[in-house]
Amino acid sequence: MKKISMLCATLLLAFSVAVPGVAADTIKLGVAGPHSGDLAPYGIPAMRAAQLVVNQVNEQGGVLGRQVELFIQDEQCNPNVATNAATRLVSDGVHVVMGHICSGATRAALGIYREAGIPVMSPSATNPPLTQSGEYPNFFRTIASDDMQSKLAVDYALANLDVKKVAILHDRGDYGRGFADFARQALEEAGGAEIVLFEGITPGAMDYSSIIQRVRRTGADTLIYGGYHPEASKLVTQMQRRRVNATFISDDGVKDDSFLNVAGSAAEGAYATGPRDLSHLPLNQAAVQAYRSTYGAEPGAFFQEGYAATLALLNAIEKAGTTDYDAVVNSLRTEYVDTPVGRIKFDDKGDAEGVGFSVFKVVDGVFVEMN
Amino acid sequence: MDYFLELFFSGLTRGSIYALIALGYTMVYGIIQLINFAHGEIYMIGAFVALIVSGVCTIYGLSGFAILILAAAIAAVYAAAYGFTLERVAYRPLRGSPRLSALISAIGMSIFLQNYVLLAQTPDFLPFPRLIPDLAFIEPVAHIIGTPELVILITTLITMVVLTFLIKKTRVGKAMRATQQDLSMARLVGINVDNVISLTFIIGSVMAAIGGVLVASYIGQVSFYIGFLAGIKAFTAAVLGGIGSIPGAVLGGLIIGWSESFAAGYISSDYEDVITFVLLVVILIFRPAGILGKVHKQKV
Repeated sequence: MKKISMLCATLLLAFSVAVPGVAADTIKLGVAGPHSGDLAPYGIPAMRAAQLVVNQVNEQGGVLGRQVELFIQDEQCNPNVATNAATRLVSDGVHVVMGHICSGATRAALGIYREAGIPVMSPSATNPPLTQSGEYPNFFRTIASDDMQSKLAVDYALANLDVKKVAILHDRGDYGRGFADFARQALEEAGGAEIVLFEGITPGAMDYSSIIQRVRRTGADTLIYGGYHPEASKLVTQMQRRRVNATFISDDGVKDDSFLNVAGSAAEGAYATGPRDLSHLPLNQAAVQAYRSTYGAEPGAFFQEGYAATLALLNAIEKAGTTDYDAVVNSLRTEYVDTPVGRIKFDDKGDAEGVGFSVFKVVDGVFVEMN
Repeated sequence: MDYFLELFFSGLTRGSIYALIALGYTMVYGIIQLINFAHGEIYMIGAFVALIVSGVCTIYGLSGFAILILAAAIAAVYAAAYGFTLERVAYRPLRGSPRLSALISAIGMSIFLQNYVLLAQTPDFLPFPRLIPDLAFIEPVAHIIGTPELVILITTLITMVVLTFLIKKTRVGKAMRATQQDLSMARLVGINVDNVISLTFIIGSVMAAIGGVLVASYIGQVSFYIGFLAGIKAFTAAVLGGIGSIPGAVLGGLIIGWSESFAAGYISSDYEDVITFVLLVVILIFRPAGILGKVHKQKV
């Protein structure tokens, strides 16, 4: 049995090696993600986005005058299957890959693409080290990494608000704790402000006045909170009750109308990060419209990011004038491209600049996008 | 010193709310040895009724304190009706059966009431109007004790004085004490035990509702889920003070309120629950019936 599969693999390899020579006239775009199994809803919209973009590009004459050919691999978000899928795509001779979807599967596959010199762009893998570790210079993404929110909030506060002493609270959950941890990290890296308190609070507790007293005692001028809106509205209400004047900054778990309704006047002047409003972008509207008319449904998760990633990859090849690795990577880092998630280019580590989140401030009872 | 006082009053406020709810647990337990797990839900229903009433009153332009008193009164009546019905529907039919059956019935009622409010009202958090206005004379010390805390403390104090009077000085109170000491003997001397039990549920529910209204207007929000955690904490308070003992419930509530407040203030809010429950364990090791609880000999 083993021998037969070895034989098959060898044959397969032999064929695939032969392919690039024969079909050098197409641009080969690999797409990998979960297209079956329970995580399929995260992978299929991005795959369809790639198909929509490729169809459109091919109708308009392709890239560098060559047609774009899709190579789709289903890896079910499973790291083991993902490495196989990556090996397969490499042997298919793809020039660039749009994928993978899950952070774990992406990490497993990235090494294989790196060795093969293939740029990879994920629409959804948000794990911070994927870009920040510097291990994968071939990796890019069109979604903000998990720590981007905290970083954005901290950078904004340091640049625009008078921040000297910061108290950080979180609700002990994965999401809130993560936001708080990254905020602490960003503050320590940036310097200039002192962290005077870092603690978890019990979600759902009757009141938080003791911890608010503690915040006052530390003399914090800024309170960063990682968590969701029910606790956030209690915190700001009790800060107002206890005459604590620290600036309240939180995450997109708080950027919710419930926060405004429940906290009322206490929410005034609070900051929260949240996803940018993209629906006014013409390209965004066009992409969503194309999805609706083709599939008769609303696009799901990561459709826009997948659309953007495919556009960015093909644009980079077009601008570079070649499929050569160095040229494509260089053009990803230097050339701006218009996508459904805005006009973007990528930084040295591979994160899309200006993608994802904005800082919002509560002014007269509504969230107003800053900057 | 200021900081100590701030934490002291935070703990006192929180503790007196726990005490209000704990009284309902302890009174019911004292009479029929049932842990009424649906008690936290009565507290939540009290808060919801007050929200609806204050919504209506605001339309008619009443002032804050007037709305608060009216809302608390109507919430108390409603909660009393719920408490009464609860006992009739879920506990009285099980009076003669093993205690475990009644306990399961109590848990069932708790889940039912939570989900009933979830479906009938909303799964969202709702804003609760700030019915307690900030009084000007208290402004200099508002960071230590504000008007809402003051109102909560005074209301709790009045409620407890009234309760003590009711139990110690009235005929009904005498009947309640008799029923608590020995249910069948009380029946033999002509006390209508069923009425006494109903009354106990009604009194407990009224106090829970008052607690619910006070907390809701203090923290400014309600949801169908607020009864759960408050109920757990109040139940812990009742056990700590000695379940069945009325002064014990008040003492237990205050101890838990203070331990949470001082733990969060001086040590870390990460550990407030840890410290509270370690305290509970330690006290129960040395006084298994709670601080003021009496060890009852098992009746054969």
